[in-house]
Amino acid sequence: MNNLAHIWQSHRQAISILVMVFLLAFVGINQSWVLALSIFNLCLISAIMALGVNIQWGYAGLFNIGIMGFAALGGLSVVLISAPAVPVAVSAGGMNMLFALFLLLLSIVLSVYLSKHKYNKGWVVLSLVAGYFAMRYFYIDAAQAIEAVNPSKTGYLGGLGLPVPLAWLAGGLLAAGAAWLIGKITLGLRSDYLAIASFGIAEIVLYIIKNEDWIARGVKNVTGLPRPVPLEIDLQQSPWFEEMVLWFNQSSLSLLTEAEKTKALSILLSEYSVVFVKLCYSSLFLAILVALIIMANLAFDSPWGRKVRAIRDNEIAASAMGKNVKRQHLQIFVIGSAIVGIAGALLVTYTGQFTPNSYQSLRFTFLIWVMVIVGGSGNNFGSVIGAFFIWFFWVESTPMGLWLAETVQNFAGTDNGVSAFLQDRAHFFRYIFMGLIMLLVLRFAPGGILPEKDKKL
Amino acid sequence: MPSFDNILNAFILLSNFVLLPALTYGAQLALGALAVTLVYSILRFANFSQANNMAFGTAMAILLTGFFQSQGWTISGFPTALLVIPLAIVITIICLLLTDRWVYRYYRINNAKSITVVMVSIGVMFIMGGLVQLIMGPEQQIFADGARFIWTAREFKTFSGLSEGLALKTSQLTTILLALLAVGLVFYFLQKTKVGKAMRAFSDNEDLALLSGINPDKVVFTTWLLVATLTTIAGVLFGLDKGFSPLQYHLLLLPVFAAVIVGGIGSPLGAIVGAFVISFSEMLLTYAYKKFFIYLLPTSLEPDSLLQLIGTEYKYAVSFVILIIVLLIKPTGIFKGKVL
Amino acid sequence: MTYLTGKNLFAAYGAVPILRGCSVGVNRGELAVIVGPNGAGKSSVMKALLGLLPSKGEVLLNGKDISALSTQQRISLGLAFVPQNNNVFPTMSVVENLEIGAFLRHDDYQTTLDEVYTLFPILFEKRRQLAGQLSGGQRQQVAFGRAMMTQPTVLLLDEPTAGVSPIVIDEIFANILALKEANKAVLMVEQNAQQALSIADKGFVLVAGKNAHTGTGKALLSDDKVRRDFLGG
Repeated sequence: MNNLAHIWQSHRQAISILVMVFLLAFVGINQSWVLALSIFNLCLISAIMALGVNIQWGYAGLFNIGIMGFAALGGLSVVLISAPAVPVAVSAGGMNMLFALFLLLLSIVLSVYLSKHKYNKGWVVLSLVAGYFAMRYFYIDAAQAIEAVNPSKTGYLGGLGLPVPLAWLAGGLLAAGAAWLIGKITLGLRSDYLAIASFGIAEIVLYIIKNEDWIARGVKNVTGLPRPVPLEIDLQQSPWFEEMVLWFNQSSLSLLTEAEKTKALSILLSEYSVVFVKLCYSSLFLAILVALIIMANLAFDSPWGRKVRAIRDNEIAASAMGKNVKRQHLQIFVIGSAIVGIAGALLVTYTGQFTPNSYQSLRFTFLIWVMVIVGGSGNNFGSVIGAFFIWFFWVESTPMGLWLAETVQNFAGTDNGVSAFLQDRAHFFRYIFMGLIMLLVLRFAPGGILPEKDKKL
Repeated sequence: MPSFDNILNAFILLSNFVLLPALTYGAQLALGALAVTLVYSILRFANFSQANNMAFGTAMAILLTGFFQSQGWTISGFPTALLVIPLAIVITIICLLLTDRWVYRYYRINNAKSITVVMVSIGVMFIMGGLVQLIMGPEQQIFADGARFIWTAREFKTFSGLSEGLALKTSQLTTILLALLAVGLVFYFLQKTKVGKAMRAFSDNEDLALLSGINPDKVVFTTWLLVATLTTIAGVLFGLDKGFSPLQYHLLLLPVFAAVIVGGIGSPLGAIVGAFVISFSEMLLTYAYKKFFIYLLPTSLEPDSLLQLIGTEYKYAVSFVILIIVLLIKPTGIFKGKVL
Repeated sequence: MTYLTGKNLFAAYGAVPILRGCSVGVNRGELAVIVGPNGAGKSSVMKALLGLLPSKGEVLLNGKDISALSTQQRISLGLAFVPQNNNVFPTMSVVENLEIGAFLRHDDYQTTLDEVYTLFPILFEKRRQLAGQLSGGQRQQVAFGRAMMTQPTVLLLDEPTAGVSPIVIDEIFANILALKEANKAVLMVEQNAQQALSIADKGFVLVAGKNAHTGTGKALLSDDKVRRDFLGG
């Protein structure tokens, strides 16, 4: 027993990865490989999000509970950048909308300028209020005009039709911008103000996305977004793919007759094309995740990272030594949020649709935090491991819950109120379950699965 | 110059659609904000589970209401919920005390950083949210029974002879009376009683309070009693007024926190003033003033647009914007709360 | 044997020993002063006597061992402490501050309140004002008053003159002498060693957690070695 604990202590990382591989293989063999791969892909995206949050929490103790909002901004940018434009809508209200936004921006810039130069607060307020009304004057007509263009299919401006990777970058930038705004206002004040403000901005971002149909069709969703990997149907028709499938299944196919072979091949082709596409995504996401982790670790070991650690370990001493704590925290908050934004963009690219109603703080903000804490707050690789485990259990908890309900049913006979209730409300158990995991880890293993070395909290 | 009748009509219109609802909503927020500020000043963390605690208290009241109705124990004209509030409070008290015992106490004893406790309270928030949805389901529920109005808009019109009516809903009257009573009692308790003063002392200077022989466990216990009571009342009143749905309660967190910070975090009076600042801003900014100005302006100047400053769908955004403005201009809030 | 005695006190902050067998004591109607260089453990002695700092050694009050008791129990036995900083409840009125002092009492504390007002007339004048709005010296008086409301037999004062102006220092020393006249045992830690020893009945010079010199205030003041090492000539 002691020996086992010792092995665990010294090989936490390797064991965690092994367990994860085993779990995914288990799902692949017993359920399906497609499912295993989609769990794996979402694990990767969650891991990127968790990494962003972990940088904020682990490097600077910043408590961001607006993850949902930053992820949604990332998702939104996929629509704005890579969706095809809707020329009719653009000509109907594009200019007016642009002008309205320009006016708003102008008034904000003006008010910031006025307040920086110690003008009377009245002028600042006046410039903002005037800007708001001027913006609204153009905005209302523009929004109506845009939304009136073929509302069942478009009713929005569409995007710029640019390549998808640009959208990811833009997702990071958009989230970074929002983070900069909040950070600028709340950092340097009480530490929970940042939490409250980030919670607030996330809700507001979603209100805007849901209600301003001209941006991204609101709750009508944008579907069929362009993707960076081939379509399944194209794969099935390309000769090289068919050859590859044939090569993989040489032995089994050779036993069949010609007629059977054609039929089996078409089934195999469709199966393989789905797996292939998922694998494309996996390698893409994995590459991004690995690149981000390497960059994060390099940054942490750089002179910049030393400063970060100095401030984290003793904020008061660091600020006494002339280190600008607030600026440092702002940088870290912006970087972390940008990573969350990128992950949000990846998610939308992966699902191919932008559905504002799917953004719920329970699913995004909270779940990501559980991942960070379980994985080992402060440890970049730990948050990846946490993301894997938590996402895995999050997805598999529904089959587990149903299995539990069935067991109750079999055990107690058919007509049983308890099992019906369990089946009906099973998914709410997940929140309670995840909340319990979070509290238990915080209390009894605050370091998580992979505790950060010599960390002071 | 508009006639006196028109001015009166304009005022009644505003009262019916803005002032009275804002007063009601403000009172509900105030109770929630008071609870947050009490937890903040005694237990020293921002309690993110406040809104979901309110949902829990309300859920208990709804279950009890169902039971009372089935037994025929109702009060004529008024919602049954009023009858069950004391019982719902007791259940919420037990729930919060258990949460404290199992969760928060450990961090208090170990002098954990405040941000750690905030994180813990978010864990509690999700457990409570899950629990409430598990019990009640995610759908909206209306549990207000009894008469809907004390007097209707039509009754008011016939009585006053004006063309605008000012309706008074039972839920509005109940909210205002009960909130006044609750806030009055809390302030009396804090200002005049020995335990209340001990709580204030503890909030002011914990070490000195301990050196004066104040028992911290008792202070914490009393705080949770007050907090659970305020939380349940706030939740039930909000639910009577607007119906109960877990998500809507979850979203209350933003206006409640905004109220606390606007008023000055840690200041009970600030929480109440902040709540009304939030509620009135929300209502005044999202109301469409077209009809109001039709009464006041000559026909030639009659407005043709809705004259709405912000769409109703953004009412939660109002509290956020006010919160940001306060943080920019005066982070201590109106009543000089604790900033650092 | 004195009324309050700390004997052979040992304590540490983590691995760093802070008290290494020091002994102090004070009788009723007597003023004892603890002086010494920074880091000698002066304030720690107070904390050990109050049970705020876990320590080894004996703490005796009126001959009874109280070293196993909690801070609250010691307070209820007649110990009172006036901290150096943050010694009032700033958002409570002066009279409420004093009432909190009487928190553990169940009898009528009006007479004690009157005594405090007689001793510090300014507090009566400002009794409705918030303590946070008072001047430093007045706050010190509120802190003394609050301590007196517990009807203590022993008063422990932690650097009562730190950071106040010279005029106020005189005022505070006058207050302390008044407390002594009221038959309290007063033990204080003081930076301002010269002035403190000149009014003290007894002095303890602490160095590195141990008693370096012990004696009456006058004797210590006239001791050349003490003067040279600790009083700057």
